[in-house]
Amino acid sequence: MDSIKKKRKPLTSNLITLAIVCVLFAVVFILVETGNATRHMRSMLVPICINIILAVSLNLTVGFLGELTLGHAGFMSVGAYAGCLFSIAMEEILPMALRFPLAMLVGGLVAACFGVLIGIPVLRLHGDYLAIVTLAFGEIIRSIIINLEFTGGAAGLKGTPQDSTFVIAFVVVLITLVVIMNLVNSRHGRAITAIRDNRIAAEACGINVTYFRMLAFVIAAFFAGVAGVLYGHNLSILSASTFDYNKSIELLVIVVLGGMGSIRGSVISAIIITVLPEALRELDDFRMLIYALVLIVMMILNASPRFAALKGKLNYKALADAVRAKSASSKANKGGQTHE
Amino acid sequence: MKKIFALALALMMVLAAFAGCANDATEPTETPVGTEAPEGTEAPATTDNPDAAEPAEGETLIIGGIGPLTGDYATYGVSVKQGAEMAVKEINEAGGVNGITFQLLFEDDQTDAEMAVNAYNKLMDNGMQVSLGAVTSGACIAVSEVSKEDGILMLTPSGSQVECIQYDNGFRICFADPEQGVNAAKFIAENGLATKIAIIYDKSNDYSNGIKENFVTAAADLGLEIVSEQAFTNQSNTDFSVQLQAIAGSGAELIFLPIYAQEAAYILTQAQSAGMEQIFFGGDGLDGIIEKIGADNVSATEGVMFLTPFDPNADEQNIKFTSDYQAAYGATPDQFAADGYDAIYTIKAALEQSGAKPSDSDFNEKMIAAMTEITVDGTTGTMQWDASGAPSKAAAVVVLRDGAPTPYTAE
Amino acid sequence: MMDLIVNLVSGLSLGSIYALIALGYTMVYGIAKMLNFAHGDIIMVGAFTVITTVSMLGLPPALGIIASIVCCVVLGVCVERIAYKPLRKAQPLAVLITAIGVSYFLQSLALLIFGSTQHSFPKIITVPAIEIGGLTIQGNMLVTLAVTTIIMVAMSLFIAKSRTGKAMRAVSEDRDAAELMGISVNRTITITFAIGSALAAVAGVFYCTTYGFIGPYTGSMPGIKAFVAAVFGGIGSIPGAMLGGILLGVIENLAKRYISTELSDAIVFAVLIIVLMVKPTGLLGKRVNEKV
Repeated sequence: MDSIKKKRKPLTSNLITLAIVCVLFAVVFILVETGNATRHMRSMLVPICINIILAVSLNLTVGFLGELTLGHAGFMSVGAYAGCLFSIAMEEILPMALRFPLAMLVGGLVAACFGVLIGIPVLRLHGDYLAIVTLAFGEIIRSIIINLEFTGGAAGLKGTPQDSTFVIAFVVVLITLVVIMNLVNSRHGRAITAIRDNRIAAEACGINVTYFRMLAFVIAAFFAGVAGVLYGHNLSILSASTFDYNKSIELLVIVVLGGMGSIRGSVISAIIITVLPEALRELDDFRMLIYALVLIVMMILNASPRFAALKGKLNYKALADAVRAKSASSKANKGGQTHE
Repeated sequence: MKKIFALALALMMVLAAFAGCANDATEPTETPVGTEAPEGTEAPATTDNPDAAEPAEGETLIIGGIGPLTGDYATYGVSVKQGAEMAVKEINEAGGVNGITFQLLFEDDQTDAEMAVNAYNKLMDNGMQVSLGAVTSGACIAVSEVSKEDGILMLTPSGSQVECIQYDNGFRICFADPEQGVNAAKFIAENGLATKIAIIYDKSNDYSNGIKENFVTAAADLGLEIVSEQAFTNQSNTDFSVQLQAIAGSGAELIFLPIYAQEAAYILTQAQSAGMEQIFFGGDGLDGIIEKIGADNVSATEGVMFLTPFDPNADEQNIKFTSDYQAAYGATPDQFAADGYDAIYTIKAALEQSGAKPSDSDFNEKMIAAMTEITVDGTTGTMQWDASGAPSKAAAVVVLRDGAPTPYTAE
Repeated sequence: MMDLIVNLVSGLSLGSIYALIALGYTMVYGIAKMLNFAHGDIIMVGAFTVITTVSMLGLPPALGIIASIVCCVVLGVCVERIAYKPLRKAQPLAVLITAIGVSYFLQSLALLIFGSTQHSFPKIITVPAIEIGGLTIQGNMLVTLAVTTIIMVAMSLFIAKSRTGKAMRAVSEDRDAAELMGISVNRTITITFAIGSALAAVAGVFYCTTYGFIGPYTGSMPGIKAFVAAVFGGIGSIPGAMLGGILLGVIENLAKRYISTELSDAIVFAVLIIVLMVKPTGLLGKRVNEKV
C-alpha cells in the first residue's frame, strides 16, 4: 500500500503543478480578454513565461544534477541570436505560424550544440570550479557576440519580428514542464538524481555518469535557447549586455528560492521574482533595497527550522494527519524539512 | 513538499502587484512633479473620451520618462530626470500652457530593454500622453516599437542610435551617433589639430561604437591617419594604463574619446599621471567631465576639447539653467540634464503650436504635426525638426581652460 | 622591452589588489564553506568611508584609512551575524543567494546615500613617480605593491604561526573535529570575516587611489575578478589566492597590450578555463580525495 502510494506520488504531484499552471493561465487569460488587465500586467506575462522556462531548465542542472552553473544566460543568448537571425532571414519566405516554431527549434538546437561543446570540458569539473568555468564561458560568449559583425555588436540586433505572444509562450511553458517532469521521473531522471546524491555509488551501479551529466546539461541548454528565442521575439532589440553574469545569477536566485529540485517551486518563484521588482516600482528609490531585503529574509526564513515546522503544519497532508491523529505534529515537522 | 505556504505567498504577491497596477490606472500620483495641479486633474486618461467637457484650465498633460535610475548607468537617467523635473516645475510655476499643467512620471529601466517596455506600459496605464522614450538607445529602440502602435509623440532626450526614431512618432533632442563621428573628424581635419589620431572607445557601448565607426570612415576620407584603436568594455573601465601606454608608443598627436564623461575622467587622470601631452578630443558624452573628475583633478582637463551642443555658460538662458540646477540638485548639469530640460520645453512649444488639449481625440496627431513646425531655442542650441525626427542644430567645440568650457578659437 | 616592464609593473600592482580581495574570498570559503559574493561591496563601503572622513569631515588620511578598516570590520561581522549565521546548516547555495542579497542591499544603500554619480577619491597616497633608466613607474603603484607584499607575508605568518591562525586551519580542515578539540567555530568564523573585511578595506583604498573614482557599483567588478582569481589559484588556498590574483592582473594587462583590448575579458576567462582543465582544482588547490 505504502509503496504504491510512493510510486504514484510524482505523477500526482506533477499533475498538480500542471493544473496550477493551467488555472493561473486561465485566470490571467480571462482577465486579459475581458480587458481587466492593465498594460503593465500584460507586458509582464511573456517575461514571466520566459523566466519559468529558464528556471525550470536551470533547475535540471542545479537541482537535479546538483551542479551549480552560472552560465545559463550564455545559452539563452546563443539561442536568442540564432533564433532571431533565423527569423530575420526567413521573414519574407515563411509565414509566422511556421517560422516561429522553427526559429525556436533552431535556437534550442544551436544552444544545445553549445551545451555539448561547453559541456565536454566543463563537466570534467565539480562544485565551485564548475560554477566559475560556466560563468567564464557565459562571459566569453557575450564578449564574442559584442565583437561580431552579424550579431549587430554592441548596438544590438534589430528587426526581429515581434512574434512572441502570451499564448505561444504559455504553450512553450507547458511543453517544457511536461518534457522536464517526464525526464525527471523517468529512468534517465533517476540516474541523474542518483549521480547528484552519490556519484561514486551511481557509477558503481553501472550508471554512465558522463553521459547522464551531459544529457541534463544539454537539455537545460536547449530550453534556455528556446527561452532566448521567445525573449528575442518579444522585444525589437536584442543586446548582448542583457546576458551578463547578473542574468545568470538572477536565474539562480529563482531556482534556489523555489527550492532546488522542485519544479513547482521554480514556477512559483519565477513568477514572484519577475513580478516583484515591477510591483515594487511604487517605492521608487527604495525598490532595490526592499528587493534585497526580501531576498535575504526569504532565504533565512526558508532555512529556519521553526519556519519549516510552520510550513509543515500548513501543509494540507499534515493538516489531515493532525486531524486523524494527535501525534501528527512530529510527522508534520519531518514533512516540512524534506524537500521534494 | 507541498509548498502551500509558498504558493499562498506567491498568489498574494501577484495579487498585490496586480492590485497595485490596477490602482495606478486610476490615480497617477506616483512621482508627481507637477506642483499643486488645479482641481479636476485626477482623470487624465480622458483621451478616449473627448466629449467629457472639461474646463481647459483644469487639464494636465502627463509626460512619461524612462531611464536607468539604478544600475551602472544610473547617473544618465538621474540627470535626464532632474533636468526634465526642473523644466516641468518652471512651466507649472509660470502657469502652464494655456492653463494646461505638466506632470512628469519617471520610471526606472536599469538600462534593460525588457524593463523599459514594462515601464512604458505602466506609464500608459497611468495615462501618459507624451513619452520621453528612454534615456539609453537600446531601451529607447524597444520603447519606440511599442509607442508606434499607440501613436503618441515620443521625444527622446538622449537616445542617439539612428533606430531610436525610426517611426513617424519618434523625435530626438540629441545628435545621432553618425553625425557626431563625422563632425568630429571634419573639425579635426579643418582646423589642422592633428594628422595622427588614436582612439579609445567602449566596445560594449552602442553610443561609443556608433561614433567611433563613423569617425574612422570619415577620417579616412579626410586624410587623417588612425594610428591606434584601443577598446575597453564595461567590465574593464577603470584601468586604462595599458591603452594609454600603447597610444604613447604609437606617435599619436590627438586622442579621440567617443565615450562618456565617467570613463573619460578615469582616462584623463591616468593620462596626467603618466605624463601624456596629447590633445584629447571627445563627443558630447564628455559633457559634465569637470563635475565628474572632481575638484582635485581639474588640472587633468586642461585643454580637453569636445563637440557639444550644450555649453553651461553660453548665454543667459544656460547660465540661469545651470545655477537653478545647482541650487536644486547640488550638481552642475551635464548634457543629459540639458537634454531632459530641452525635451520638456520642446513639448511645451509643440503644445503651444498645435493648440491641442490633452483631452482632444486627435491630440497625438496634432502634437506630432506640430513638431516639424516649431523652432526651439533650448539650452542645447536652436533646434528644428524634419519628419525624420532628427533635430538640426549646430555643435560647437569647446575647450576646457582652468576648469571651465571656453569656445574654441583657431590660433 | 621597456614597454613590457611597464606593463608588468602595472599588472602586478593591479594583481596585488585582486590578491588582497581574493584573500578575503578564499579565507571565508576555506573556513565557512561559502562564497561571499558581497565581499566586493565591502570594498565600496570602505572607500566611501574614506571619502566621508577625509573629503567631507577633513580628517587626515591615516585616520580615514583606520576608520575605513574599522567600519568594514564591523560591517563584515554584522553581516555574518545577521545574514549568514542563521544559515550555517543550510545548503551552500542558500548562503550564496543570501550573499547576493547582501550585495544588492549594500549597493542600493550606497545609491540612496551617495547618489548615482561617481565621487572622486581623495589623493591620500602622494608618492612621486620614479624613473629608472628611462622607465617611469607611478608612485602609488609602488606603494600598492609594497604594502600588499607586507600584508601577504604577515597573513601567511599569521595563518601559519599564531594560535588563531591554527584554529582557522583546523576549522577549514574539519569543522566538527575542530569543535571537539575545543575550538570555537563561531568565533573563528567571525574572526575570519573580520580579517577578510579589513583586507577588503585596504584593497578598496588602493583600488580607488589607483583609479581615482568611487560609485555604488564600483565594488562588483573587482569583486568578481577576485573571485575568479581565488578559483584560479585554488579556492580555499591562501598562497593560491595571492598567486591567482597577481597572475590574473598580469595576464589581463598583457592580454590587453599584446593581443586585443576588445577581447581581453574573454582572454582572461579563456586562460582560466585552460588552467582549470589542466588542474581541475586550481593552481595550488588541494586535490580532494573522494570518500566512498
